[in-house]
Amino acid sequence: MDWMLSLAGGVLIGAASALLLLFNGRIAGISGIVGGVLAPARGEVAWRALFIAGLVSAGGLFLLFAPEAMPTRAEDFGGRSFAMLVAAGLAVGFGTRLGSGCTSGHGVCGIGRLSPRSLAATGAFMLTGLVTVLVVKLVMGGAA
Amino acid sequence: MRHLFTAWLVGLLFGAGLALGGMTLPAKIVGFLDVTGAWDPSLLFVMGGAVGAYALLYRLITRREGPLFDAKFQVPTSRRVDRRLVAGSLLFGVGWGLGGFCPGPALTSLATGATEVVTFVAAMLGGMLLFRVYESALARRRENALHAWEVKQS
Repeated sequence: MDWMLSLAGGVLIGAASALLLLFNGRIAGISGIVGGVLAPARGEVAWRALFIAGLVSAGGLFLLFAPEAMPTRAEDFGGRSFAMLVAAGLAVGFGTRLGSGCTSGHGVCGIGRLSPRSLAATGAFMLTGLVTVLVVKLVMGGAA
Repeated sequence: MRHLFTAWLVGLLFGAGLALGGMTLPAKIVGFLDVTGAWDPSLLFVMGGAVGAYALLYRLITRREGPLFDAKFQVPTSRRVDRRLVAGSLLFGVGWGLGGFCPGPALTSLATGATEVVTFVAAMLGGMLLFRVYESALARRRENALHAWEVKQS
């Protein structure tokens, strides 16, 4: 049952990404969308800000009607310290800009169009993702 | 104006997909990456559904001359796997495994106002700004090196 929700969620993500392409002609790469707000170019900020507002709106809706899907309790964050979250954020911020994408840009849109760059990128972040989780597990003595 | 409304609508649908698929819960992300432990395959189903849907729709949509509410399609054309791509992706993966968040779910989860989420997002924005600084510094170095070389030639 759980896997059906996951699949449905995925299809919705894929469809939404496709709609961004159809309506606005853009790749739904979140890191790029955010990056474009931080390095503002004419005509490039408003649509990005609205997209991000849309994300937060969805979060708000789920918080109201399906709060179990949202991380609201301390245990949802698996005992991650402030330092870990800051390090994680910095790495994600710098890494996605350097690597020109994240799970949505490369993982969904890139692989969806069989881009060799995205296939390589996704392989890379999956690899370090799982190694990092392993290391954190060993150091912290238990996964989140 | 329509392109602004559609941007918001698409963001809403995208965020809904993330939440529906469980991607806004770090435990599910870490559970997927935790290959040696109790494995949570949710992300695989989310990715599968997303890539499948996108792949199909992408081919249909790009048959058009252009998008509905903007001038042209802006899709990356480079196919080169370079050092920056790999280094950046490796680093991103470390952050992803450390925090259990990537940009999309983190922003969607801002709605909760949880300190952990705000912290992560602030740091993420910081990391992105740091990258801008790094890029500018690199560009300046290249310019100086080129100028020095040009002076030498004359």
